[in-house]
Amino acid sequence: MAYAIEGTTGPWEVVVGLEVHAQVISQSKLFSGSSAAFGAEPNTQVSFVDAGFPGMLPVINRECVAQAVRTGLGLNAVIHKVSRFDRKNYFYADMPQGYQISQYEHPVVGTGIVEVELADGSVKQIGVTRLHLEQDAGKSLHDQHTTKTFIDLNRSGVALMEIVSEPDIRSPEEAGAYLRKLRSILRYLGTCDGNMEEGSMRADVNVSVRKAGEPYRTRCEIKNVNSIRFVMQAVEAEAARQVEVWESGGEVRQETRLFDSNRGITRPMRSKEDAHDYRYFPDPDLLPLVLEQSWIDALKASLPELPDAKQARFRSDYGLTQYDAAVLVAEKATADFFETVAKGRDPKIAANWVTGDFFAALNRAGASIETSPVSAANLGALLDLIVDKTINGRIAKDVFEAMVETGKDPAAIVEEKGLKQVTDTGAIDAAVDAIVAANPDKVAEYRSGREKLFGFFVGQTMKAMAGKGNPALINDTLKRRLA
Amino acid sequence: MALDPTTIRRIANLSRIRVEHDQLEPLSRELNGILGWIEQLNEVNVAGVEPLTGGAQMAMKMRDDVVTDGGYPEKILANAPDRNRQFFAVPKVVE
Repeated sequence: MAYAIEGTTGPWEVVVGLEVHAQVISQSKLFSGSSAAFGAEPNTQVSFVDAGFPGMLPVINRECVAQAVRTGLGLNAVIHKVSRFDRKNYFYADMPQGYQISQYEHPVVGTGIVEVELADGSVKQIGVTRLHLEQDAGKSLHDQHTTKTFIDLNRSGVALMEIVSEPDIRSPEEAGAYLRKLRSILRYLGTCDGNMEEGSMRADVNVSVRKAGEPYRTRCEIKNVNSIRFVMQAVEAEAARQVEVWESGGEVRQETRLFDSNRGITRPMRSKEDAHDYRYFPDPDLLPLVLEQSWIDALKASLPELPDAKQARFRSDYGLTQYDAAVLVAEKATADFFETVAKGRDPKIAANWVTGDFFAALNRAGASIETSPVSAANLGALLDLIVDKTINGRIAKDVFEAMVETGKDPAAIVEEKGLKQVTDTGAIDAAVDAIVAANPDKVAEYRSGREKLFGFFVGQTMKAMAGKGNPALINDTLKRRLA
Repeated sequence: MALDPTTIRRIANLSRIRVEHDQLEPLSRELNGILGWIEQLNEVNVAGVEPLTGGAQMAMKMRDDVVTDGGYPEKILANAPDRNRQFFAVPKVVE
């Protein structure tokens, strides 16, 4: 079922395009040699170029260009060997030059494709229109003083990639899936850390609505949405608002809006009324950006395996389901963890443990894979103990919990707590005999056809053996004794 | 292209330049004179000619990604009309 907003006049289709601003991972800024690191004391990472002092000239950072090209290659996009920088003119207190150096007519990266997987298992291609390099602005702090705004220019001039999608997105779910996939690709490539909380990835959301089969109607742009969840909420809220405007006989005005996450609504952003009049022109301080094919080829050769390729490999090499493979490849660290656990072991069992007990434990502890108390090597060792029948599957869960708590290796825990599986048939026979002797009525019922009772005997025997009995041997013995 | 007083006012507003009412007419005359002079360039036939992006026929030089600058907040803030600790301070701008 396609997503639609139900209005009084019937269903409305939602049309969404996203502009994602991704902060480039680099040591220094796009056009100056000051540091691009996050969180320093105010105005300590600012050069005269970044502060817009007269006569200062920008010189481009090769690594920032390489990061943009890598990202373009990761998005299966066209790389433009000649591109150009323009000035985008507007006034804002945290932009001392009075213009942002950006790429308007000739971006470094052209059309590409992002493939997203939806909850129903279907795959959709979202077009990428372009990717261009531009400068970030400084940071305004509005909450430090009653009548003044404080400006820190440390971020001024840090390289951003603006990644513009085609209006191919048709629901909040697709918007979320696109952003998650894009973030995953950027993180695999190491071109942006994708951290939306710190603002290193932010999205402008273009939304319009239409009746089936119509051309596009007027869109509104919701600026600077800083989490995937908020993007999804903003799409829904804005689409609902526009449907109401159209259905009440009004007309949607093209405007810039803000998403108020507390109230779950969008509202107009007055300061941006003239914002679309940027008076772009080529930056006379900068020559055209010309890339050698051999340089692009070398960057391409050094790209890591990306999520789509890794997912395909996990399915073919390890026989994983599409769902498990998708979950495991979303973060490179998770994929690496899984591969360490699966190495030389049954990959499906490894996948079950990683996506099941292991993820659940991380969630409970609020830990990430990097800070996990259980290492991949130790989880693998636990699986080995099950396979070589040192412990049974039930006990393995207890050992795992102890590993989460103590970080110890599983063999040590099994030793310490005496959890070794009992495979001594004499001990199992004795336990089974005792259970059978203690429950003559249940034995009679079972023999007269209540086969469901078998589970009761298994449970009782296992309990009598403190959970350490070998389940297969207990089953065999019980079957023989109860026959 | 001719600039009428409304357009002049809009450009002035975008550029944060105050233009008094009695300046609009003379400014319009002056700017239209400049534009008219520049527009003579439209008479040149440039069909099939690549745009010239700079005076020198060369590509942009790139620098290595190393930190070589910054670390002098006092110099950066030296011309600030108003400051608070190490921040620039400006009249409150808030959405």
